[in-house]
Amino acid sequence: MSSISPGEIKNEFVRSKMGIAGISILVILITISVVAIIAIPSETFSEWNNPGNWISYPKVAIPGWVNLFLIEKIPEHQILEKPIKKIEVSGDISAVSHQFRLNFNYDDFPNDFIYEFSAQYSGAPLLEISVIRPDGIRLDLLSTSLPNSNTDTIHTERIFSTDESIRKKLFLQSDKFDFSLDKLSSEDIVFSNSESNTPLKGNYNFVINLYGVNSQNQIPDSTLIVGGKAFGVMGTDELRRDLAIGLLWGTPLALFIGIVVAIASVVMGLLYGVYAGYRGKKTDEAMMRFNDVIYALPALPFLIILSVTISNSIFLMIGFLTIFGWVGIAKVSRSMALQIKTRGYIDAAEIMGQKKSKIILRHILPQLLPYAFASVAISVPAAITTEAGLSFLGLGDPSFPTWGQILHDANVYGAASRGLWWWIMPPGMMIAITGLAFVFIGNALDVIVNPKLRR
Amino acid sequence: MITLLLTISLVGSNMDTILKQGVVFQVRAEITEDPTIANSFASSDEFEDFVQDQIDQRIKILGLDEPWYSPQRIGLTMYKILLLDFGQATFLTSDAGSTDVKDIILEKLPRTILLFTTATIIISVIGIFLGALSGSKVGSAIDRVTSSFAIISSSFPVWWIGMLMIFLFAFVYQIFPARATPSIPSSDPDYIVSLLYHMALPLITIVMIGFGAWAYLVRNFMVGIMQEDFITSKKIMGISKKKIIYTHALKNAAPPIVTILALSLSGSLGGAIITEAVFDWPGMGRLYFEAITVMDLPIIIGATYILTVFFLISIFIADLLYGYFDPRVRTG
Repeated sequence: MSSISPGEIKNEFVRSKMGIAGISILVILITISVVAIIAIPSETFSEWNNPGNWISYPKVAIPGWVNLFLIEKIPEHQILEKPIKKIEVSGDISAVSHQFRLNFNYDDFPNDFIYEFSAQYSGAPLLEISVIRPDGIRLDLLSTSLPNSNTDTIHTERIFSTDESIRKKLFLQSDKFDFSLDKLSSEDIVFSNSESNTPLKGNYNFVINLYGVNSQNQIPDSTLIVGGKAFGVMGTDELRRDLAIGLLWGTPLALFIGIVVAIASVVMGLLYGVYAGYRGKKTDEAMMRFNDVIYALPALPFLIILSVTISNSIFLMIGFLTIFGWVGIAKVSRSMALQIKTRGYIDAAEIMGQKKSKIILRHILPQLLPYAFASVAISVPAAITTEAGLSFLGLGDPSFPTWGQILHDANVYGAASRGLWWWIMPPGMMIAITGLAFVFIGNALDVIVNPKLRR
Repeated sequence: MITLLLTISLVGSNMDTILKQGVVFQVRAEITEDPTIANSFASSDEFEDFVQDQIDQRIKILGLDEPWYSPQRIGLTMYKILLLDFGQATFLTSDAGSTDVKDIILEKLPRTILLFTTATIIISVIGIFLGALSGSKVGSAIDRVTSSFAIISSSFPVWWIGMLMIFLFAFVYQIFPARATPSIPSSDPDYIVSLLYHMALPLITIVMIGFGAWAYLVRNFMVGIMQEDFITSKKIMGISKKKIIYTHALKNAAPPIVTILALSLSGSLGGAIITEAVFDWPGMGRLYFEAITVMDLPIIIGATYILTVFFLISIFIADLLYGYFDPRVRTG
């Protein structure tokens, strides 16, 4: 093997289109990871498996941008958090009024609507919800009294559109509609034209009034959620999780796993192989037989056994992947070391009485560095796909949302046969793109480092 | 044999833990099933002691108190395995309901052979021809397409492509069924047709992802061989290019190809654990995965053994073929 100076490698690398493509994809991925780490607080991803955290998100919602390509717009999920607040006091009675303005411009009914609030009151105030529709019809949805309390309390509740009292209230106003309200859910009635049961577009105004005798009554938290079928950049999954967050967080995780495993196994293989090759004779023989044994082990079954029996922590997983990753590199670097060993300058160094460790580190290893870089780049995709595969089987670390885990959940909930493409495509694309970036870089380096492949 | 011994010894400690855990689990289940036992103890400590006692007894009876590397146990295990007696499965059963490990493996193996070995053969045939073609015309359009396809397909996980295929062909265009397991009983005469129909989607997926890498490999061998002198002289002699590629060059590339073919054929017997999970294909890979997740030790050992044996046999056959194709390696 001819030694190539780092400058030459750089020059040749810059000239290869593949290498440039790989590097630019990698830069984009690193930018994404940095954005993910900075922009998304780490609490969000540690709450990934906590269903309570995602309750106000829609179930299996399609990505919001799909609407741009559709003629019939899918209702988008809307979380309205800033109502227009008014407090009126007339005599003894105070009325706290919150108004939510909602622009509804879609061709389908929303999934549901939920009013989530926490009210601070004393006594038993009356809560009234009504909606003024674009066609001017006012529909009363609910009037209920909050639980009685003699002292000042805070009451938190979620009122769902499936509430039976809302349905009853709507049935009483069935004269406002020209069609039968039987078997229709409340959201299909509220957002319907009065002539026929089709969605009515326009500005809706949801009015929430809290009547009480105490002028201190207030609603500190008040959120209206209109459940849609489209949400966010990447949609949501069956457990209402925002896939954009999972995908963003998966990027640094995958890069971390891939790069750490690759570097660790290359360093291990390199040292092992070079040492065996340099020492030669019985040491070499013994070390290579041990190498063969690990080489013959079926990696995936063993990884599964290890992760089932020992632990599925992500750091141990990195260790396991390393154990199966270094073998091939050790073989190649041993044969390279055998070649280098015969060179004159090694003999010279030996005659000069240099230590063996120094000869290995100073004279042999630097020669192998180009090869080492190429193999780091080539091992990364394998590590990422193996980790993704293990996570896909449900053996991943549950505390980190990796791409493999998103796909695992997708498979568990039958996303493929239900046509939930936004749950399957992006994670796999990310895995493939990350893999491709490293394969490109690796191949470009390989062509430079391996004179055999050059033509 | 050494490989098997090493395999067993490497997993040995793990398996021991698995077995002991199995015993603990079993004992606990038995005891909690009967509430009177739990009620007859005054404190929970006493109860725990009793449970521990039971577990220790059970472990002693099964001979698990000796470490897994004790010659007695290893010898016994190896002897049994040699006689193809894998014992009874702990949790899993075959479709027919038998708990004999041999029955279970014999039931799953043909299915895996049907899917993966067929796929491997198709892949290698396509791969060899494409590779030979692109290797003989370096830099041509077909060479570039093959090479880039190989590189791109190598970075896609097969199981993800599987999910996409299910989405495309089972959901969007409802051509193939999503689940690969036929729903009709195996005694039905239409069973084979149905099985083949269910097989189509996984087969297409595996072939699609697999042949690129094969073609690339064969191409790289061919590139080297096509530059050799004897090919040049044959060209000068006026032998048609087709004949040179497919008889002379390919024969010289045969030894490494045969080795890889033998290895991938024997590897295909194990199926791909993840691919079978995606397509719900009831073969060896899924058996392996299920066995590991419920820690069904006899099946794990049995399946590993069978696969190792096939692996060794195929290496042996590959060596013989090597000698046939390349007389230079023949000695004595």
